[in-house]
Amino acid sequence: MLTNAPRLLRNLFKFRALYLMVLFPAAVLIFNNYIPMFGVIVAFKNYNFVDGILGSAWAGFENFKYLFQTEDAWNATRNTVLYNAVFIVLNNAVAIFLAIALNELRSRRLARLFQSSLLFPYFLSFVVVSYLVYAFLGGYGFINKGILEPLGFDPVSWYTEPKYWTVILPLVNLWKQVGYAMILYLAAIVGIDQEYYEAAVIDGASKWQQIRRITVPLMAPVIIILIILQIGHIFNADFGLFYQVPLNTGVLYPTTNVIDTFVYRGLLVSGNVGMSSAAGLYQSTIGIILVLATNFIIRRFSKENALF
Amino acid sequence: MNAHIETTPLTAEKAEKTEGHGFGNRISKPANFLLVLMFTLIGIACLYPVLLVIAVSFTDEQTITTSGYNIIPKVFSTYSYEYLFQDAGKIFRGYGVSIAVTLLGTLGSLLLTSLFAYPISRKDLPYRNLLAFFVFFTILFNGGLVTWYLTYSAAGLKNTMAALILAHLVGPFNVLIMRTFFANTIPVSLIESAKIDGAGEMRIYARIILQLSLPVMATIGLFQMLGYWNDWFTSSVLISSNNLVSLQYLMYKIIYNIQYLNSGMVDASVAGSQTATIPTETVRMAMAIVGIGPIIFVYPFVQRYFVKGLTIGAVKG
Repeated sequence: MLTNAPRLLRNLFKFRALYLMVLFPAAVLIFNNYIPMFGVIVAFKNYNFVDGILGSAWAGFENFKYLFQTEDAWNATRNTVLYNAVFIVLNNAVAIFLAIALNELRSRRLARLFQSSLLFPYFLSFVVVSYLVYAFLGGYGFINKGILEPLGFDPVSWYTEPKYWTVILPLVNLWKQVGYAMILYLAAIVGIDQEYYEAAVIDGASKWQQIRRITVPLMAPVIIILIILQIGHIFNADFGLFYQVPLNTGVLYPTTNVIDTFVYRGLLVSGNVGMSSAAGLYQSTIGIILVLATNFIIRRFSKENALF
Repeated sequence: MNAHIETTPLTAEKAEKTEGHGFGNRISKPANFLLVLMFTLIGIACLYPVLLVIAVSFTDEQTITTSGYNIIPKVFSTYSYEYLFQDAGKIFRGYGVSIAVTLLGTLGSLLLTSLFAYPISRKDLPYRNLLAFFVFFTILFNGGLVTWYLTYSAAGLKNTMAALILAHLVGPFNVLIMRTFFANTIPVSLIESAKIDGAGEMRIYARIILQLSLPVMATIGLFQMLGYWNDWFTSSVLISSNNLVSLQYLMYKIIYNIQYLNSGMVDASVAGSQTATIPTETVRMAMAIVGIGPIIFVYPFVQRYFVKGLTIGAVKG
């Protein structure tokens, strides 16, 4: 210790300019991330606004008990995991298919044009997306008045029927996110060494064989890493999609409530700090376990691709 | 434990190399035709909703109630925009708040992110792994919305523009991406020789590091701009004052006001006096266009850089 302490000071002094630089952004991280992290003790307290986090009385696991007695918490957990599972399968399958197809187009100019069109929805906020979805599903919307009525069907009240949303939400999510995923996969394809294809052509391989035997196997590491990362975040839902696109409609909660919207409504609508912080901690804890577990799997699979 | 992020820039040369996989290894013309057809349909599906909303915003309100939303306005009208801009103050203020938050936020982000990323990119800095872990841990674990909200409330940040900026100021992924960029692209010898010439650390950062890192700055700047511009969530949690309503939050509030009035929860006799003032279908769509406008305008210019940046910033595991 006696020899270490001066070295610490010497280092701090020698690199003082660099440590000073770190100070401001570190303060922001402490405020935005670390203080709220320690604030999770509120989940074990009987919170009231007057006494604050530190002053409120301890409640042990009461908040968690209460949370898991509600049917909503289970329903939200189920929705979060199932929707994310559907998104992972659907978005990746479509994005991989589109990336391979786009790469095979004969015209680069058309390929760039299509790429731009497919990426466009990614730039819109979910508030804007909710307007666009409303233009299709509203009472006078395109689907009711433009498609169902001319075909002689009765109009459908989309915003009052939970069952439709198990299809609507994956489609909206696919529409918004697939362009982004496609470009990630396209980058993986572009990185493949052309010599493989040249050799394949000499051996008389068809295009289809080249895709199956070269493109897909060489994309596999990227595909697996992205999917494993997504599985690590299967407990985190895209708040905007589940809150804003169904326009926060109460009757749709059975199929649109996820952990993130559950926490948000618990805090801002019911003002139930104890229960919603318990739900948030439950989500974060399972989240870190999943990320550590998936990282462990990646490490065994390919060390250089592991996150840490 | 050390975050490991690799970069694979999608450069123009690489893209050219795959040009139809070279001569003689292209897909057949009929197959190409089918793929072009498929992409055309998907491309239309991606843009159609916005076109529909534009068309409806220029349609006469009466026509909507009789024949619904149509991609070609049956009766053309600019009434919805005239109506919307009667109360232009709100919209202009929304633009003002959004532009101010986006500009200040993006610049502040770039400054603070690089101030953290540069020191931890220096291999001679003691405790750099500890500092990197300090950033990295915030990716692994977070306290959740509730404690974040309580922290911001306790600090008196409710109803302040500072809160909207602060919320996204330092993103851990951005710090790590920038750190990797500095470490991989800026030669150590350059920093060494600047030191020999007597330049201080601050000077090296400002004159060498920042000058040489335009690609990563452009990428992270673009992501931050998009994030700030599209952020309505922070506002919905922290803002109740009418003076600080950003464009996205204004759109958010308008669609709910109408939902609320249409839902039958409001007594018709009470709402009766207001119906004349609530935005109707076409005005709502006009509002969407006012909100999307800037994105449509800048999209052609920024999307190329975005695509490049997307691969610079690709977090491979």
